[in-house]
Amino acid sequence: MIEARNLWKKFGDKVVLERINLQVQEGEFVTLVGTSGCGKSTFLNMLLGTEPVSSGELLLHGKPVPGEPGPDRGIVFQQYSVFPHMTVLQNVMAARGFARRSLTGALFGSARREAREEALGLLEEVGLSHAQGLYPAELSGGMRQRLAIAQALLGRPGILLLDEPFGALDPGIRADMHDLVLRLWRQYRLTVFMVTHDLKEGFYLGTRLWVFDKTRHDPQAPNAYGATITYDLPVGNLDRDTLSDIDRDLARAATETA
Amino acid sequence: MKRLINQTPTPMLRVLLGLLPFVLLVLLYMFASEARLAENPSDKLLPSFTQIGDAIQRMALEPSKRSGDYLFWEDTLSSLTRLGMGVLIASAIGLALGLFTGALPLVSASASPLLTVVSLIPPLAILPVLFIVFGLGELSKVALIAIGITPFIARDIQRRTQEIPSEQLVKAQTLGANTSQIVCRVLLPQLMPRLVDAVRLSLGAGWLFLIAAEAIAATEGLGYRIFLVRRYMAMDVILPYVAWITLLAFVIDALLATLSRRLFPWHHQGGQ
Repeated sequence: MIEARNLWKKFGDKVVLERINLQVQEGEFVTLVGTSGCGKSTFLNMLLGTEPVSSGELLLHGKPVPGEPGPDRGIVFQQYSVFPHMTVLQNVMAARGFARRSLTGALFGSARREAREEALGLLEEVGLSHAQGLYPAELSGGMRQRLAIAQALLGRPGILLLDEPFGALDPGIRADMHDLVLRLWRQYRLTVFMVTHDLKEGFYLGTRLWVFDKTRHDPQAPNAYGATITYDLPVGNLDRDTLSDIDRDLARAATETA
Repeated sequence: MKRLINQTPTPMLRVLLGLLPFVLLVLLYMFASEARLAENPSDKLLPSFTQIGDAIQRMALEPSKRSGDYLFWEDTLSSLTRLGMGVLIASAIGLALGLFTGALPLVSASASPLLTVVSLIPPLAILPVLFIVFGLGELSKVALIAIGITPFIARDIQRRTQEIPSEQLVKAQTLGANTSQIVCRVLLPQLMPRLVDAVRLSLGAGWLFLIAAEAIAATEGLGYRIFLVRRYMAMDVILPYVAWITLLAFVIDALLATLSRRLFPWHHQGGQ
């Protein structure tokens, strides 16, 4: 589904990523770890479409990733992911409005009622029903990220990109958020890419772990070589039932698209 | 004893300390006025509060002998109308310019250099041009206010637009939003409280341009009246007019601040 062929990323003279070759199937949960500045967020941004590829190819369903963000790839950033001028409910409903081809994205009549119902359902799912009338500034960090996730899901993306989404949260709340993300990943059959600086989080959460690191160093020219994926490990804590469930779902999805 | 930087007044003391300079100024004025009037009862420079009261009575509560109008209220109405129209036009143009130059790099490339140059033109220097082009009527005064503060509002809004985190724009795009939807639903609503802030900051300049334009060519207005009675050294009229303008400016500012808090509660909660 996603494939990189000899992918390079440079900022001027500085090589950030080099010789990235990989394939990701639908339904995988990939966690990206590495030191800061190793290019894991840059890789995510290339998938998102906000950073251009320097050389090589990054393919999505066999075609180069579009040069701008689109509804097939949802995103949750560490912060600023929600609209501060909308209440929780409006934030989620906005996704429905944006999905329509209209000048303003405003919803009226039955479309508005449907979006409201759907948004309320999703808020229930992420545990934010009680906060639907609040503005983001009134929410705690964890609630704000729940909202950001709910909002991203209402766009019905096939791929969900998470850029250190829980980096600013307390440990106890992070565990809750992990449960939430795993649940939604299964339920919506998402392909997830999650950047984290926490290796344990990476081990616990994903089905596949990528470690970004530099394999070549030139002390005279620290920018000459970039990071690449040094470990590509299957991980995960899933029991066999869930695993076979996902397997079956994937097999069905494969036959449906074939 | 705490350090001076750590000593904070109690709420009561804060109010008293705030009032103190006003009381001192009024007292100082009263003494100075009394001293001068004792020397020369027909002195016009520092009229007593009784004389000022008489002048207010004459201007605000009695119809003018010549025209039958209540001059004070006539002046207030026409000045506020000019200021209001000028500010309204400036906000509309400034918002549109700032929004589009801030949000669309292609528009910005073409409009930003021009905007920077235009904002450097001293508005009062082109007042004669306005008088020549628009005549001596209302239009030239409103135009001066609008031209004077539009560049400020436009550049402020442009900067505020660029300050909106790009994460929000990316997020909207991943939800399928097109450019006009992002402008209407993400940028514009967030710019409204910032527009109110920009207007509040530009009102001082707005008053300046209003009074300057009225001083040069007008037949009524607060600025016109002040400059008219200056010929007779009528400090008893000028001082209450200045105080009235100050009060109006204060009230308008307070109203805008309240309006912003009512309409945009999310803007005043801090955080993200």
